[in-house]
Amino acid sequence: MKGVKIDGTPSAEELHASPGFPQESIRKGPLAFIECVEEIPCNPCATACPRGAITLEGGLTALPRLDAELCTGCGLCISVCPGLAIYVKAREHEPGFSSILFPYEYYPLPQKGDPVECVNRFGKSICSGTVLSVRTAEKLDRTALIKVSFPQAYFDEVISIKRLPNQ
Amino acid sequence: MEKREVIIVGAGPAGLSAAVEAATAGCGVLLIDENSKPGGQLFKQIHKFFGSQEHKAGIRGIDIGKRLLEEAENLHIEVWLDSEVCGIFDANKVWVVRNKKETVLLQGDRIIIATGASENAVHFPGWHLPGVMGAGAAQTMINIHRVLPGEKVLMVGSGNVGVIVSYQLLQAGAEVVGVIEAAPRLGGYGVHTAKVRRAGVPFFVSHVVAAAEGKDRVEKVRIVQVDPRWNPVPGTEKTLKADTICLATGLTPLTELAFLAGCESTYSPVLGGHVPWHNSAMRTSVRHIFIAGDISGVEEASTAMEEGRMAGLQAAASLGHVDEADAMIRGKAIQARLDALRSGLFGEKRKNAKESIFSAMGNSNNGAR
Repeated sequence: MKGVKIDGTPSAEELHASPGFPQESIRKGPLAFIECVEEIPCNPCATACPRGAITLEGGLTALPRLDAELCTGCGLCISVCPGLAIYVKAREHEPGFSSILFPYEYYPLPQKGDPVECVNRFGKSICSGTVLSVRTAEKLDRTALIKVSFPQAYFDEVISIKRLPNQ
Repeated sequence: MEKREVIIVGAGPAGLSAAVEAATAGCGVLLIDENSKPGGQLFKQIHKFFGSQEHKAGIRGIDIGKRLLEEAENLHIEVWLDSEVCGIFDANKVWVVRNKKETVLLQGDRIIIATGASENAVHFPGWHLPGVMGAGAAQTMINIHRVLPGEKVLMVGSGNVGVIVSYQLLQAGAEVVGVIEAAPRLGGYGVHTAKVRRAGVPFFVSHVVAAAEGKDRVEKVRIVQVDPRWNPVPGTEKTLKADTICLATGLTPLTELAFLAGCESTYSPVLGGHVPWHNSAMRTSVRHIFIAGDISGVEEASTAMEEGRMAGLQAAASLGHVDEADAMIRGKAIQARLDALRSGLFGEKRKNAKESIFSAMGNSNNGAR
């Protein structure tokens, strides 16, 4: 892992050094993870959070800081992030299985109950998962929110699903 | 000769914003664009924009474009489409070929040039083959005309244009076989590169195209690693199967009209090369002429819209449509929004480049501040 400016995706070190990435997710329930490691002028995540769990200290280009105590994992920040850099993960959705709620902007959309391939930050399929829900509300503005359950052993790595083939 | 108070050349994000601002202030505005639809590049920006609420962050470019057009329509702004401005001379005369057939000479009390920028090409053996195109061209094909330029695409250049268009090509159903970058580090926002990477697209830093090969069109591409002095490293060639090569290798401001009109030029490598000198009010060395958007330095649609607002406001103020104190307050608010967009890791360089233009000597006998 060489980091976001070489690989295109942030390294574990870069993520853990950023204030939007929860250091140790102790809780079992849902929690937002913000993979935003570069200072860009952007703050819709902070504006969208109804509980003030996301703050930008020092202006528009500051990195978003997540207060894990305040975050309920509601997911309102996910679809407003222009960088598609936020997802909500629950370590123990059910015994042995985690879940991820992530933004998805490809057609076709998966359907609830579908088996899917879960991918890591490099787009590599690492485990299989099951679609728990697909949200496409108007407010999401064509960014679908997909919730998938997957084996807990892959908690840190799973970030999205493999694109479904064109119809 | 027909006269207008404010003539705006280019109906992209900068020109439209300038028109809305000037018309709101009470100016008679004519907006001219050579295309058959207004909006410039905004209508192919299907992604959500960055910024804050006041910059319309989180809204897709295409929808920002629709809102701007509605504003322009509500203000009954006169728009000439399919009309090309071929020259500006005697400070305020504008030569237009209207509807692609009729020559019209206009006089404008103020002229705002918002012509944008054009894509740079890089040259390599095989670059003439069908299948090699600008990334912007590919974006027009998929997002405006809904035609896929190819099945397997290599993107050359990892700046925001390169990575955004790569993502949109994936959304359109193409396979992106890789993004190559000549520099040792990727150029675009990490959040853009990350979403392309998680779709399985590899990035190759310190790589350039050695050659595109194919009989009647691109069939494969040879890429090669370069050393810190940009020389190819022997033994590092790779061949990728691709039928399309998209060039996202920078933009150059479209300055011809401004220079034809006698606007003084200044050089800024950070902003894309030669640009007309301008002050923070977007006024050039020719006092009737203002500029806005990429012509004044290549940035983004969000900065172009703010610059357009500034040019429209200041043009209106210089015609007496806005009282001085009011113009000052509103100008400061626009400047604050521009400064916010030009802050941080990526924006700082552009902010410094802009400020060095503002502080450079303009033509001293023209009354521009």
